[in-house]
Amino acid sequence: MSVSTVSKDQFKQFVEALIRSDQRVVGVQQRNDRFVFDDLATADALRLDYDVTILSPRKYILPQKEPLLQFAAGESYTPVHEGAPMVLLGVHPYDMASINQMDQLFSQDEYDSHYMNRRQHITVIACDVVTPSENVFAASMGTATVEKGYDMLLTDIGDAYVVQAATDKGKALTNLMPQARPASEADLDKCRAVQEQNQQKLNQHVLECKPSYLPKLLEKNYEHPVWEEKARLCYSCGSCNQVCPTCYCFDVQDEVNWDLKSGTRYRAWDGCLLEDFATVAGDHNFRKNRSDRFRHRLYRKGKYVPGKIDGQIACVGCGRCITACTSNIANPVDVYNQLMKRTDIG
Amino acid sequence: MCECCVSNEKDIYLPQPATITKRRMLNGTELFLHLELDGGKELEYMPGQFVEVSLAGIGEAPISISSSPTQKGLELVIRNVGTLTRAIHKLQVGDKLGVRGPYGSTYPVEQAKGKDLVFICGGIGLVPQRSFIRYVLDHRDSYGKVTVLIGTKCFEMRLFREELAMWEERRDMRVMETIDEAHDCWSGNVGVVTTLIPKIEKDLPGSLVSICGPPVMYKFVLMALAEVDVPQDSTFVNLERKMKCGVGKCGHCQINQYYVCQEGPVFRYSDLAHVPEAI
Repeated sequence: MSVSTVSKDQFKQFVEALIRSDQRVVGVQQRNDRFVFDDLATADALRLDYDVTILSPRKYILPQKEPLLQFAAGESYTPVHEGAPMVLLGVHPYDMASINQMDQLFSQDEYDSHYMNRRQHITVIACDVVTPSENVFAASMGTATVEKGYDMLLTDIGDAYVVQAATDKGKALTNLMPQARPASEADLDKCRAVQEQNQQKLNQHVLECKPSYLPKLLEKNYEHPVWEEKARLCYSCGSCNQVCPTCYCFDVQDEVNWDLKSGTRYRAWDGCLLEDFATVAGDHNFRKNRSDRFRHRLYRKGKYVPGKIDGQIACVGCGRCITACTSNIANPVDVYNQLMKRTDIG
Repeated sequence: MCECCVSNEKDIYLPQPATITKRRMLNGTELFLHLELDGGKELEYMPGQFVEVSLAGIGEAPISISSSPTQKGLELVIRNVGTLTRAIHKLQVGDKLGVRGPYGSTYPVEQAKGKDLVFICGGIGLVPQRSFIRYVLDHRDSYGKVTVLIGTKCFEMRLFREELAMWEERRDMRVMETIDEAHDCWSGNVGVVTTLIPKIEKDLPGSLVSICGPPVMYKFVLMALAEVDVPQDSTFVNLERKMKCGVGKCGHCQINQYYVCQEGPVFRYSDLAHVPEAI
């Protein structure tokens, strides 16, 4: 890993150079009083001091709607692989952790070439958090900082960024930072201080157990009043699913062209809180009750997905579901802590 | 879109074209199809597995395989119940479908060798069980006694009538049928499928039992089996779920931690008895 320091002015020049390059550059920008990932037109629009974005960068890694196949008459299908080079600029550590999980889920077992092709063309420039959001609890989930997955990591140390280029793609980008100087010990100390503080600060909701305990906690609490108490207020709107960086369930739909023969098979985000997520033909719904669906989401985050990815908890503590939920019931920490109250830690 | 990026890995969502070589209605809603993959390939599957069946422009759905790998081609039974299946019902011999798979777990054809077998089928539950039954009949010497219990809602909905008549004539298997509602043309058993269980009670404890039917059926059948002490680990169930991908990604088919498309659809009951969402 090469570690250097660039002043904020020099960094702005780097972003301008990046925008002029032949890659698509997506970065965090302000929209009214909130932040979003969007195509970056100028370096001035980039806001690396943001707290949290409305949607996670998942929308570029696994887009809301993406073509899988094109079809023509006679059941002839051709795979579609989208993957133009793109730089994702300003990914927070908790979102990086979610991308790392998806990378594993889509590559292991049955290799999803659509996801992986797109992913391989994305260069991630992550950045440590400057402003904690009102609902972040990444510190509780162990994702306030991140050690892998990014090509480059930026840490704001006041008047400059410490830049860690972690991969060949990241190192290639440092060519666009000719004024970068090797990071001094003082810079590195400041960088470490930011990261250590974030491991304390990004904790607006405090999980009262280690995340690694969650699978066991859930195993003991399938029948618990909290599921019904919370779900009673659930609108089944699926907002918690849509804003979640680790949700990756999808629907598959065909769209026919004007000739009524050719068209495209897409996949699109789906959500397990939506009423018909588990409904089969003939209208039998395997998770008919709101509390079943509500519980399923938290079990998926805390037990089922971890079972597929070496125990990593599929909640990274971004807090987006807490902000998005109209009924204020989605907070995973609140649910897990309520379970803790009535469970012996064995 | 950039052509250079197409990976060499096989595309897990890509259907293979297949041609309908036979089609007939089994009753008012169930269409039987015999398919052959284009290019003369055979799908390498085992009883219990399913395929994703696709009609370009309409969509894809998981469908149980009803044929046995001991025969040529692929047989499916498709109930007219939604947009895709309605469109498939309009297809004729010579028309094409897309097929992906096979996916999922298989019936325990190896473990069942030498054992007495009991198949309990409710309604279209006969469709996937037929794959296992035909496999057994094609390797008849490898298995013990074969008993097939079939329950159907009403006389008109009975499936595979000619084939059942042939099975009934065989001396090396026993077939018992019942219909839920009495009918003028039916002189056989009347009642739900569990009413047949007492008739074979003494054969049940040592047998491997395979169950497939609508969700409501399982509990009653499992209770009846428990009464005569059929061990949970020699009981197999075949479960239905919504599926979009068939390869453990899309999330729709999950029963708690299990992906039905990968760990199922055939489960050993003892592995699933503690899983609350199974039915």
